[in-house]
Amino acid sequence: MNYEAFREVIVYENCEHYIQNIIEKQGVTMLKNRKFILLFALLLSLGLVLAACGGGEDQSGSDNEGEDEGTSEEGSSEYNVGMVTDEGGVDDKSFNQSAWEGLQAWGEEHGLSKGAGFDYAQSEDESDYLPNMTRLVRNDYDLVFGIGFLLEDAITEIAKQNPDNDFAIVDTVVEAPNVASITFAEHEGSFLTGVAAAMKTNTDKLGFVGGVDSALINKFESGFVAGAKSVNPDIEVDIQYVGNFSSAADGKLIATRMYNDGADVIYHSAGAAGNGVFAQAKDLKQKDEDREIYVIGVDRDQYEEGAIGDHNVTLTSMVKRVDTSVIEVSNQGLNGEFPGGEVLVFGLEDEGIGIAETNEEAYTEEIATAVNEWKEKIKNGDVKVPQTRDELKAFEEEL
Amino acid sequence: MTSNKLFNILVPVISVFIGLISGAIIMLAFGYNPIEGYAALWEGAFGDMYFVGETIRQVTPYILTGLAVAFAFRTGLFNIGAEGQVIVGWLAAIWVGITFDLPMYLHLPFAVVIAALAGAVWGFIPGLLKARLGVHEVIVTIMLNYVALYSSNALIRSVLSDNQDKTEKISSSASLASEWLQNLTFFSRMHYGILIALFAAVLMWFIIERTSIGYELKSVGYNKHASKYAGMNVSRNIVLAMVISGAFAGLAGSMEGLGTYGNMSVSSGFTNLGFDGIAVALLGANTAIGVILAAFLFGALKVGALNMPTEAGVPNELVDIIIALIIFFVASSYIIRWVLLRFKKGEK
Repeated sequence: MNYEAFREVIVYENCEHYIQNIIEKQGVTMLKNRKFILLFALLLSLGLVLAACGGGEDQSGSDNEGEDEGTSEEGSSEYNVGMVTDEGGVDDKSFNQSAWEGLQAWGEEHGLSKGAGFDYAQSEDESDYLPNMTRLVRNDYDLVFGIGFLLEDAITEIAKQNPDNDFAIVDTVVEAPNVASITFAEHEGSFLTGVAAAMKTNTDKLGFVGGVDSALINKFESGFVAGAKSVNPDIEVDIQYVGNFSSAADGKLIATRMYNDGADVIYHSAGAAGNGVFAQAKDLKQKDEDREIYVIGVDRDQYEEGAIGDHNVTLTSMVKRVDTSVIEVSNQGLNGEFPGGEVLVFGLEDEGIGIAETNEEAYTEEIATAVNEWKEKIKNGDVKVPQTRDELKAFEEEL
Repeated sequence: MTSNKLFNILVPVISVFIGLISGAIIMLAFGYNPIEGYAALWEGAFGDMYFVGETIRQVTPYILTGLAVAFAFRTGLFNIGAEGQVIVGWLAAIWVGITFDLPMYLHLPFAVVIAALAGAVWGFIPGLLKARLGVHEVIVTIMLNYVALYSSNALIRSVLSDNQDKTEKISSSASLASEWLQNLTFFSRMHYGILIALFAAVLMWFIIERTSIGYELKSVGYNKHASKYAGMNVSRNIVLAMVISGAFAGLAGSMEGLGTYGNMSVSSGFTNLGFDGIAVALLGANTAIGVILAAFLFGALKVGALNMPTEAGVPNELVDIIIALIIFFVASSYIIRWVLLRFKKGEK
C-alpha cells in the first residue's frame, strides 16, 4: 500500500513538469518521429522473436534432461521439495514462516541445503502463484507445497498440468489424485483459546481480529466464541475482519478501537496483519504497565512477539503445527508413500493443534487446568465445536 | 530539429539503462553477482516458451492500462484511476461471463464490451466532475479506486458468490484462454487478449493522430484556453477523454477476468496494473507504439524478477528495490532530458 502511495506521489510531482514538457516538445516532434520509432520497434521485436526462438531450443534441451531424470528417478534417492508462500511472505511470523521452518528442518535432517533439495518462492500478489509453482516444478522439484487457501486455484491448475508431480496444499482441500490436502482442526484449538480468554478477562469483553472473512477464518471465529461462551455465556466478543493478511497498520487500528471499547483479550487470526494487534497491545502496556491487556497469537507460539520490557502481552497462542505437517508429508513423499488425493486432518489428538503455555505469568495454572478439562471433553466427543457461524448459533442456543 | 527525434527515443532508453546499472550496483554492494542476477531475470522472462507466454500474459493488461493513462495524458488529464477502472472492468466481465448463457461469438464480445463500458463509466464520473465543477481528477480517481476495490469485494461476496472469497469460473464461451496457445507455451496462461490489446493500441493511434476528435483532444491537452477560444467544447473533450481512457482500463480488467484467471477473488489490495500503467505510459512517451514497447519491458521485469531469487539467490526484497529503481529513473526522465539538453547546449 505504501509503495503505491509513494509511486503516486512521485508521478504526481512529476506530472506538472511532464505535461509542460509534452507541450514543449512532444507535440511538435511526434509526427516526424514515426519512422524512427517504427524502426526502433522493429529492431526490438526482432530481438524478442530471436530470443524466443533461441529459448525454444534451450527448452527442448532441458525437457530431455527432465525425461532422463524421470526414468532414473527410481534409482536415485533425491527428492526435492519446494514451497510457494502466499502474499504474507516467508517471514510473516505466522504459518508461512512455520511451513518454511518445517521445510528447513526436513532439509537439514536429510542433509540438503536451500536451493539444492529444498527452496521457497515468495509471491507478491495473486498473479505470481502459478508462475512460482510452475518454476519450481520445472526446476525438478518433486513435491511443491502451496501454503494457504489462497493458492487453491493455482494448485488445482498445476496439478492437472503435471500429473506426475506431487503437490500439497495447506488449509484447504483440492480434489486431485496428486494433491495432498493438509487441514487443521483450528476450531478446536480456537475453542481452547476462547476458554483461556474467558478465564482471563476482567471486563467480560473479548476481541477477535480476523484476516479475510472466509470459511477458514470463520472456523477460528466460531471456535473462539464458542469456547468463551462455554465458560461464561454473558461474555461479549467483538468481531472484526481486517480484509487482508498483510496490513499490520489496519490490524493495529482495529486493535486500538477494541481495547478502547473495553476488550482486554484479543485473539487474532490475521497472519502478518495480526502483528499490528501485538504492536497496539505493547504500546498500551508501555504507557501503563498495570493495565491488564492480552493478545492471543495464532499459528506459531507468538510469545516473542508479545515481549515488552519485563512484561509479555501474549496470553497464549493457538499453535498450528504447519511445520510438522510439512515434515510429515515430505517424508511420506520421500519414502514413496505420498498421500495423494487424501485429506489429512491434524487436530488436538495428534498434537497437530495445541495451546502454547510459554507465558507462565499470565497463563495461570487455573487456566491451564480449565483448558485441559475442555480439551479432554473435545477429545472424548462430549463437546462438538462449531466450525461455522450457523453451527455456532445452534451451539449457543444449547448452552 | 533532427536531434529532437533522437531525443524522444534516447530519454526512455537511457532511463532504463541507468535503472539497470544502479540495480547492478546495488546487487554488487550486497555481494550478489549482477550478471547472474540479470541473466536470471532474462531467463525468467524469455528463457523458454513458458516464460515467453507468461510475459505476454503480463504485457497484455499493461498495454491497455498504459494506453488508458497515455490517452488521458494527451488531453492533459492525469488518470490515476486506471486501477479502479481495471477492477470494475474485471468485475463486469466476470459478471457477464457467469450469468449469461450465449454462443461464443456473442458471449465473448459482449463480455469484453461490457467490461469496457464499466471502465468507461468509472472514467466518466471524474471526467464529469472535472468538466462541470473543476474538481481535480487526481483526487477523484484515487478515491474511486478505493470505492471500486471495496465495492467489488462486497459484490463478489454477496451477489456473485454465496459468501465465498471468489467467484465461480466463467463459462468457456466467454473465455479468452486458448488451449492451443497454452499447449504452445507449456501451460502458460497466455490468451488471445494480446490481440485485443494490440488492436486497442492501433485504435488509440488512429483516434489521436487521424481523427478530428483526436485533434481536439490533443488541442485541449496543449492549451485549454486556446482551444476554447478556437471554438472547441473543452468540457465535452475532457469527459470524452476520461471515458475513452476508462474504457481502455476496463478492457485491461477483462483481460484478467476472461483470460488469465477466469474468475475474480476478493482482493485485499490493488492489482497494481493501473499504477504500473502510469509508468508504462510515461516510459512510452504517451504514444501507442511507445506504450507497447514499455509494456513489454515492464511485463518482462515483473515476470522475470520472480526467477531472480531461485536462480541467482538474489533476495526478493532486493529485486523489489531494483525494479523500483528502474521505475524511478523512468519516472524521473525529466532529469535526463534536462541533462541531455545541457549537454547539447555545451556543445554549441
